[in-house]
Amino acid sequence: MKRLALWTVAGFSVLLAACGNDANVSEDVLTSVGVAPVLPEQQRGLLPKMTIANPAQWGDQRPTVPRGYVIAAIATDLQIPRQTLVLPNGDILVAEGKGGGAPKLTPKDVIAGYIKAQGNSSVKGGDRLTLLRDGNDDGIYENRSVFAENLNAPYGLALIGNQLYVANQDALVRFDYTDGQTRAIGPPVKVTDLPSAINHHWTKALTASADGRFLYVGIGSNSNITERGMIAEVDRAMVWQVDVQTGAHKPYATGLRNPTALAIQPGTDQLWAVVNERDELGPDLPPDYLTSVREGGFYGWPYSYWGQNADPRVRPQNPQKVAAAIEPDFALGSHVAPLGLAFSTSAMGGEFAEGVFVGQRGSWNRDPPAGYKVVFVTFRDGRPVGTPVDFVSGFHSTDGKTRGRPVGVSVDPRGALIVADDLSNTLWRVTPAR
Amino acid sequence: MDATVNRPRPRPLHPVNAFLVSATATLFLGALLSDLAYAISYQVQWTNFASWFIASGLVFGGVLLLFALVGLRHADQRGRDYLLYCGLLLATWVLALLNALMHAKDVWAMMPEGLILSVIVLLLAGAAAWIGLSYRREGEMS
Repeated sequence: MKRLALWTVAGFSVLLAACGNDANVSEDVLTSVGVAPVLPEQQRGLLPKMTIANPAQWGDQRPTVPRGYVIAAIATDLQIPRQTLVLPNGDILVAEGKGGGAPKLTPKDVIAGYIKAQGNSSVKGGDRLTLLRDGNDDGIYENRSVFAENLNAPYGLALIGNQLYVANQDALVRFDYTDGQTRAIGPPVKVTDLPSAINHHWTKALTASADGRFLYVGIGSNSNITERGMIAEVDRAMVWQVDVQTGAHKPYATGLRNPTALAIQPGTDQLWAVVNERDELGPDLPPDYLTSVREGGFYGWPYSYWGQNADPRVRPQNPQKVAAAIEPDFALGSHVAPLGLAFSTSAMGGEFAEGVFVGQRGSWNRDPPAGYKVVFVTFRDGRPVGTPVDFVSGFHSTDGKTRGRPVGVSVDPRGALIVADDLSNTLWRVTPAR
Repeated sequence: MDATVNRPRPRPLHPVNAFLVSATATLFLGALLSDLAYAISYQVQWTNFASWFIASGLVFGGVLLLFALVGLRHADQRGRDYLLYCGLLLATWVLALLNALMHAKDVWAMMPEGLILSVIVLLLAGAAAWIGLSYRREGEMS
């Protein structure tokens, strides 16, 4: 990890120390996890804590998986893979792209934007869907084709019958799809526009309801904590329910700062989401979370976090909204940046059969860093329990290098976890050893 | 009191310095007014304005401070107020930097410290301008 101060003149550090900006040494143990996370006092020094990934090549190294599992790279040299979808015939679709481009409004935006970019891949987003096929079930995806291109930062993917839905950063679109197809026939059809002005948080998560009548679209906030103004937050930080037939939408749940991945719990109609919470309130505050999403529910952003803990930075404040805020189900840890969510299946084996996998892209606003792994959250009686367990780790290693950043995850029902890595532009596949 | 007659006359500020010292004070005035507007209206655009005013004030004030410190070589020709002038510029710049970092906190997180710092920085920059520009009226200062 590179430790970058915003200003490098040595004299300033003396000045800053004199102003009470002493470093907060935190142990590398996440306390803000589980169903009842510890929520410390809010704190923010004169400079936000920034610990930026120091990218390195994988070489011969591989991410770490639990004993009894193996990991392999099934595609490399992708162009910013974010989310994946396992199709009924076992083919894997990969959405590649990088959106955003929100204007820089302050000197801070200019400086912090430059620093954070050091921890990302310099590859240009592909704006395409890549299809991978393993023709003979040997775990090697020897066929690779571009299913669709010239999309606009595609992210969320969902299949309903013979319609493939893709959430671009500005619109929900649809392709016809038949089993075995390797290339889209014709350009996509627009289902509905999605909120895209500014697009500070540009990713549009997507999943289909169990009955296939609706699509759920996760739309992130347009700021960390309303610093682009309240007007910019209209239709943001919420999950839309979109009618597949008409394209009509309604807010399904609100106050979810950045719902980056959505999934339906198997055997139910229950929608779940992972949400990226706000920054600059301290190294262990507030927790990013996994939650069941209640229709009509309000989850706090921007007025409060983890239920009814008010955020004093927001003006005007809104005590009524704070009082109405729902406490999420399960804390994943602060700043871990969950970007992937997938329910497991019995084919994943043993202790990883019942629960969800969560891809965590990793922190910038924490020292030591957090996330940079795929965790497993065990479910019991349909609810998350315990604390997250590492399933794929070693992306950020003890030598201070970061070789990958795991984002979208998908479970292949035949018994494999597909992990997109948007730093090394690799697709990883984890399977029980046979 | 004829003592002053024998002392060298204070050298007036170079016109570029006069411009810079006026501009710096004006930029920090802009920052304070923007902070006040934000405090009253909660319209976040005003904090963006304040941040850029402060950043610009740091640039102008930084150049000014550099010139002033170089000018210390001739401090003996400039009268004792010149040291005060330099000290005020230095204090202005340091506190303005602190204020820039304070304003980098999102939305209301910089209140009230940012507003208080904006007041202090403007007073310091104004005092520096007052003293610096007074040099132009030769003979009045000594």
